[in-house]
Amino acid sequence: MEFFRSHVLVCGGTGCTSSGSHKVIEKFEEELKNKGLDKEVKVVRTGCFGLCEAGPIVIVYPEGAYYNRITPADVPEIVEEHLLKGRIVEHLLHKPHGDEELVTTLNEINFYKKQTRVALRNCGVIDPEKIDDYIGFDGYKALGKCLTEYTPEQVIDVIAKSGLRGRGGGGFPTATKWKFGASAKADQKYVICNADEGDPGAFMDRSVLEGDPHSVLEAMAIAGYAIGASQGYVYVRAEYPIAVQRLQIAIDQAREYGLLGKDIFGTGFDFDVEIRLGAGAFVCGEETALMESIEGKRGEPRPKPPFPANKGLFGKPTIVNNVETLANIPVIINKGPEWFASMGTEKSKGTKVFALGGKIVNTGLVEIPMGTSLREIIYDIGGGIPNGKKFKAAQTGGPSGGCIPASLIDTKIDYDNLLAIGSMMGSGGLIVMDEDNCMVDVARFFLDFTVDESCGKCTPCRVGTKRMLEILERIVAGKGEEGDIEKLEELGEAIKDGALCGLGKTAPNPVLSTIKYFRDEYEAHIREKRCPAGHCQALLNYSIIPTKCKGCSLCSRVCPVGAISGVVKQPFTIDHSKCIKCGACMEKCKFGAIEKK
Amino acid sequence: MKSLEELAAIRKKALEDIDLRKKGTEKRVVVGMATCGISAGARPVLSAFVDEVNKRGLKDVAVTQTGCIGLCRYEPIAEVFLPGQEKVTYVHLDAEKAKRIVAEHLVNGNIVKEYTIGYEE
Repeated sequence: MEFFRSHVLVCGGTGCTSSGSHKVIEKFEEELKNKGLDKEVKVVRTGCFGLCEAGPIVIVYPEGAYYNRITPADVPEIVEEHLLKGRIVEHLLHKPHGDEELVTTLNEINFYKKQTRVALRNCGVIDPEKIDDYIGFDGYKALGKCLTEYTPEQVIDVIAKSGLRGRGGGGFPTATKWKFGASAKADQKYVICNADEGDPGAFMDRSVLEGDPHSVLEAMAIAGYAIGASQGYVYVRAEYPIAVQRLQIAIDQAREYGLLGKDIFGTGFDFDVEIRLGAGAFVCGEETALMESIEGKRGEPRPKPPFPANKGLFGKPTIVNNVETLANIPVIINKGPEWFASMGTEKSKGTKVFALGGKIVNTGLVEIPMGTSLREIIYDIGGGIPNGKKFKAAQTGGPSGGCIPASLIDTKIDYDNLLAIGSMMGSGGLIVMDEDNCMVDVARFFLDFTVDESCGKCTPCRVGTKRMLEILERIVAGKGEEGDIEKLEELGEAIKDGALCGLGKTAPNPVLSTIKYFRDEYEAHIREKRCPAGHCQALLNYSIIPTKCKGCSLCSRVCPVGAISGVVKQPFTIDHSKCIKCGACMEKCKFGAIEKK
Repeated sequence: MKSLEELAAIRKKALEDIDLRKKGTEKRVVVGMATCGISAGARPVLSAFVDEVNKRGLKDVAVTQTGCIGLCRYEPIAEVFLPGQEKVTYVHLDAEKAKRIVAEHLVNGNIVKEYTIGYEE
């Protein structure tokens, strides 16, 4: 085997790839060759490191130097200075935030310091397209242990002791699900990995599939052994091309090594996995709709019961687990359930991955122990709110979840605490909002999404969410009426009770939780026709502050509809009947004389 | 895959490849690769260290480079760091000397006194 004195790890996740990391890799290979270093320095394409905000990310070992925002133009300098001469290129290192000092290595950065990476343990460390890399990091050891040392009952027992709950959002105990699957009698059973990650802004599962696909395959085989299934399916969105490609490579490699297929480890256990692509319908993340889709039918949910564990895919007992849930399994087997259960809170064990987005400095992927407070996530890991704005609320659980207002920022994040305050864990999207976000509009945005994605099978969801959206659209357009809030609440509760599947049952959550915590904003929209956050265009008026206006006429020249008039060197005025509220004047004014409220 | 032994063999082989990333290697050889070092011939020295460490399969040794430490007249310079010991600075190296340092110092723990900076001075 060749010996490399240095490894250059370049992130090949979707985030960094779209900011050009593939070109960075090519450039590294080219430069190393030019300098004759290609035999001693290895370039490795890895999965997501998490700090997507700062991509493309490059880490150089053995120093562990952490470079970010690297373009092909920076590569010659890193090769020349760092790899040839051994001088870390300081100006390309991670830029410190606030009180941070200039740091060279990954783990010294605040963003990583407070994280505990379990599901993401291999992301950004291994080359996801090399099964040997995964095996080197104890890959497939857990499967070997299960097949040779444990009975299926014992495997389920280990998972039960770990306290692992489903990471897809529901939080159902994984071992219980497996137990149902195991106790069902049938000639054929199935394991499905639900990788139909549909929440807007969520990309945890994608990163696991891209960065560590083998951990999911290994866990599926373990699940297959536990319940007595010989076939698995990964249902993944076609919109995740890199994830699909790496998963297929991983499946091929695992088959070649005999880690999937017949008679694994000579134990007589057979298990194989196939990929099924989803066409991007949100409802197909719901397990019964997902199974319909795999069967080649329309993605519409089935009534439960019968539960999938008894009558699932093709009418056979099936267990459906989320990507992140599965990624936790091998490490639980290897390190023991006690280790896993030592992290987290009483009823929520282990860690959770969140996709941090919205008004936050460090956009990216974070994995934290359950029980970490929202404040720690937003300020210590996320780096706070940009531009000195005030934190207003965090939205978890995407279109099914709710908002956590600033007053509850010290809430310890776990399944039960989030449910208690009217939100939910969800799959892990965490969108941060500041004072400029209008909560009514946020609710409208999510409802607009669910109306679009409702499959239309049941009336409460199909018609109910549409009616709610119409009311919300009226409110943000300044046409809200007294009684609208009560109507929304009533409709919301009715949909929650009456809808067929999880999509409908949770669709009203964003509305109900914003009404609960930000009722005053709804009232301001309806009664005063005013948007307190200054966001809803229809309720805004631009006006010129006479004392600040110098009469330069710039605004009247940029106004596309000729709504601004005046005499040069005298204060100008805006004709509100003509104004289309495009904001062009405010952007151009050099004196800050135009206000919006 | 027919047995756990087979998996363990692959793991062992893979570990050699990824060691650098998995844990900090304990022994370090740092070669001065600034302009002064390179012009004095540090490049073949570095290559010799890399080759020799590889040939002997020393998985706990990392070979890295550093910039100028200010003793340009002694270049090529390499420093050897072993856990719990004072670093040893070797000067006026060439490829042959580098190989001897690997054999005597890194493998057997005996400092090659005649190459050290103290000996020169």
